[in-house]
Amino acid sequence: MTVNSDRSDVVLDIERLRTRIETPRGVVHPVNDVSLQCRRGRTLAVVGESGSGKSMTFMSVLGLLPAGGTIESGTVRYQDREIDPTDKKAARQLRGKAIGIIFQDALAGLNPSFTVGQQIADVVRHHEGVSRAKAKEKAIETLGLVGIPNPRERADYYPHQLSGGMRQRVMIAMGVALRPQVLVADEPTTALDVTVQAQIMELLDGLRRELGMSLVIITHDLGVVARYAEEVAVMYGGRVVEHGEARQVLKNTVHPYTEALLRSSPRPDADVGELSPIPGQPPNLLAVPSGCSFHPRCHRANGRPECSRDIPLLRSLSPESQLTACHHAEEMALQKVSK
Amino acid sequence: MVAETVEPTTAAPYIAGDEAVLRVENLTKHFVKKRLGRPTTAVKAVSDVSFDLAPGETLGLVGESGCGKTTLSRLILRLIEPTSGRVIVEGKDVTRLSKRQLREFRQRVQVVFQDPYASLDPRQRVAASVAEPLTNSKLSSDEKLRIVHETLERMGLQRAQARLFPHQFSGGQRQRIGIARALSVTPKVLLLDEPVSALDVSIQAQVLKLLQELRDEYRLSYILISHDLSVVRHVSDRVMVMYLGRVVEMAPKEELYTAPRHPYTASLLSAAPVPDPDVERTRERIQLLGDPPNPASPPPGCAFHRRCFQAELVAQKLGDSEVTVLEDGRRVPRTCAEKQPVLVTQDATKHWSACHFPLSREAVATVTA
Repeated sequence: MTVNSDRSDVVLDIERLRTRIETPRGVVHPVNDVSLQCRRGRTLAVVGESGSGKSMTFMSVLGLLPAGGTIESGTVRYQDREIDPTDKKAARQLRGKAIGIIFQDALAGLNPSFTVGQQIADVVRHHEGVSRAKAKEKAIETLGLVGIPNPRERADYYPHQLSGGMRQRVMIAMGVALRPQVLVADEPTTALDVTVQAQIMELLDGLRRELGMSLVIITHDLGVVARYAEEVAVMYGGRVVEHGEARQVLKNTVHPYTEALLRSSPRPDADVGELSPIPGQPPNLLAVPSGCSFHPRCHRANGRPECSRDIPLLRSLSPESQLTACHHAEEMALQKVSK
Repeated sequence: MVAETVEPTTAAPYIAGDEAVLRVENLTKHFVKKRLGRPTTAVKAVSDVSFDLAPGETLGLVGESGCGKTTLSRLILRLIEPTSGRVIVEGKDVTRLSKRQLREFRQRVQVVFQDPYASLDPRQRVAASVAEPLTNSKLSSDEKLRIVHETLERMGLQRAQARLFPHQFSGGQRQRIGIARALSVTPKVLLLDEPVSALDVSIQAQVLKLLQELRDEYRLSYILISHDLSVVRHVSDRVMVMYLGRVVEMAPKEELYTAPRHPYTASLLSAAPVPDPDVERTRERIQLLGDPPNPASPPPGCAFHRRCFQAELVAQKLGDSEVTVLEDGRRVPRTCAEKQPVLVTQDATKHWSACHFPLSREAVATVTA
């Protein structure tokens, strides 16, 4: 099931991906039957809480699963070529060159004992096998691309000589040094101040346009989704529960979890009155609730038997482009209309 | 540039008078960096901060990292000594307390930390953690256990869970335990340092709601430190904005969010994304340039003038003699580059700001609409 049947601009196609991780306490499936498409020049946001599988989906694709993790089923296609992320060599080829990734903690991603220019140049040399001088030039060019002033001089700085926002820019430079087709940003702004957050998001958005990349933002911030994403997939307990055009999903929600998320967060621009918290905890992957994994926390489930019995399939509701995995989505949509 | 000295402000944004549960007067903290044993530079972490806290009030404190929020909270808790200024809790000057008296004070002002994973001792049972602030009370262990049980139950946990260890709880539950620990000594003031930032969105709302209920039940006053402007708006009565160690604006919540006077506040508000695509994609944003300046070498004049959009706008209407040209060629009013603005109120309201050219209501509408 896909949001958009036009496949001409799909760069990365993840289909029915299921990942398993063997932990000392049992087997978990952090990614369960997930299908997502990344399109050229477009932004996809993947939203969810911890344990929802939002990061694990892309870690699986990039062959970066923790020890004991494997892909159980599903396919990953990059530009119409099927790839096997469990093949270490293929995955390494894919990382950086085809798919760039930016992690949350900018300081942890940089080596303190090398200059930032050298670290970017290493990436270039490893993948493109060019001379040191050429790699350095490319590094400087990329630092300029991500908006670092005086890139030639800054390339010789060590990470500790740069501010938090600048380090995050260096991380982004490493992610785009090879001009990938897809850029995955995993919580790119979570640890940053609002003002720096805005700068970083504007930068990522600009790079997407300039380089024609497909941008994937993994986030929990619905404000970021509202501003930057064209398409959004909401994940819960390892599955996509709602998927569609960002405006539709935020304004015309047809899954109770998305609805509850929106109702439980305060807004910076308005007084929301009383918050309606979602009761309980995000699901424990070792003991995922039966049926719909959201049912113990869902105000619409209300003891209805199908919710705790059958896993709801992701299906389309009119408008065609919006998908939901809720037994009672029609009811939700109708209530919205009558309101 | 001649170093200017700034007199401590005489007028300050106090609202509670004698009622104040907490009053901070001209509080200043300079950290002196030593190289080869000799003091070289002073980092002015907090400069001349004054405010008070009314009973039952929640004061939000916002600002970017490095603005002095954390130093200010450590000064209020008297975990570090101020360079000058006073902290007065329920009429008592705590900056001059002896060790013994300090113990008593510690029961009046408690703190809840950001990271519920780091703030509880992993080898201590929850009951022991929650009872820890009661160590100096003369209560019997039975009484202490009763308080622990009652407080935990109020936080939505079960009595039996007092015997468990922190790792057996989720993040949200741990934060509840942290709050229970702070409340076991029935304090007057709770300092909440990023209390929900480490929690999942769905859990944040549970904890925020609990905090609001507890404030009324326990007759508490809160100081809420957060970088999340939505959370601050939801919980606070008044909001204080800090920039580079100074208070730049302070106002009742509604005022501050709808009619900010300091361009920095306006920039912060404009940077916070709104979860509504129709609003978010049509509004103009003020892009703040660069990072906050280094507190060890703050720019002269108004610390914000190099990032300020308002300064540029004002300079357009000024003659060359009244304008300073910055290294990057931008023009700002000479006053902004040379004179430190003082925190003042223009119309005897509760709205204070420290800007030479504060924004008018109309100006705010054009930059944030």
